[in-house]
Amino acid sequence: MIHIDLTDQPIDVAAALRTVEDDGAGAINTFIGAVRNKSTGRPVVRLEYEAYDSMALHQLRKVAEQAVEQWPMLKKVTVIHRKGTLHIGDVAVVVAVSTPHRAESFAACHYIIDTLKQVVTIWKKEFYEDGDVWVAAHP
Amino acid sequence: MNLKIALFGIAREIVGQSSLEVSAPEGQSVQALLAGLREQYPALGRLSSLAVAVNNEYAEDGVTLSERDEIALIPPVSGG
Repeated sequence: MIHIDLTDQPIDVAAALRTVEDDGAGAINTFIGAVRNKSTGRPVVRLEYEAYDSMALHQLRKVAEQAVEQWPMLKKVTVIHRKGTLHIGDVAVVVAVSTPHRAESFAACHYIIDTLKQVVTIWKKEFYEDGDVWVAAHP
Repeated sequence: MNLKIALFGIAREIVGQSSLEVSAPEGQSVQALLAGLREQYPALGRLSSLAVAVNNEYAEDGVTLSERDEIALIPPVSGG
């Protein structure tokens, strides 16, 4: 019921949603993170995501398991994160969860994406017309 | 003992390679390893945070390291 993936291929969002369908789930909640054209006012040309694969997969699974502990009614959880070079509009991450009722699906999806951003060993470098920056690296 | 440390993101760029061999006394702690690396590469000390992972888990300062561990330096993550 937990499906985790880290891929250098474009994420098939429709396929990801199908993995959380469940006859007992009246609610499917999805977060899709996409590449924005600006960062703190600066036009972004592209992003590069680098991952410590084994730890990222392990930590992603832990985050999903923590969500299941907190919301035991979760039927299915899917988290797919992209790595490599991404351009404006590309999908970087998909979190999809299914639950019997909607409130828990919102809460669990929110928890998973917020915790992912804090602990999962993936790094994003933003490229601009005139330079590049590792996001969040410096205070 | 010799510790092999995997490097990612800005830590990899600061050191200039994707892994590092460090010779350390037996029972070296995470804290001591970090202190030594920050001394050798001062730019590491200017990051918002710098953690050590041991066998795919975040390790507290007091954890002791062994040659058999898979060790990595974890600069501020920015997935999502």
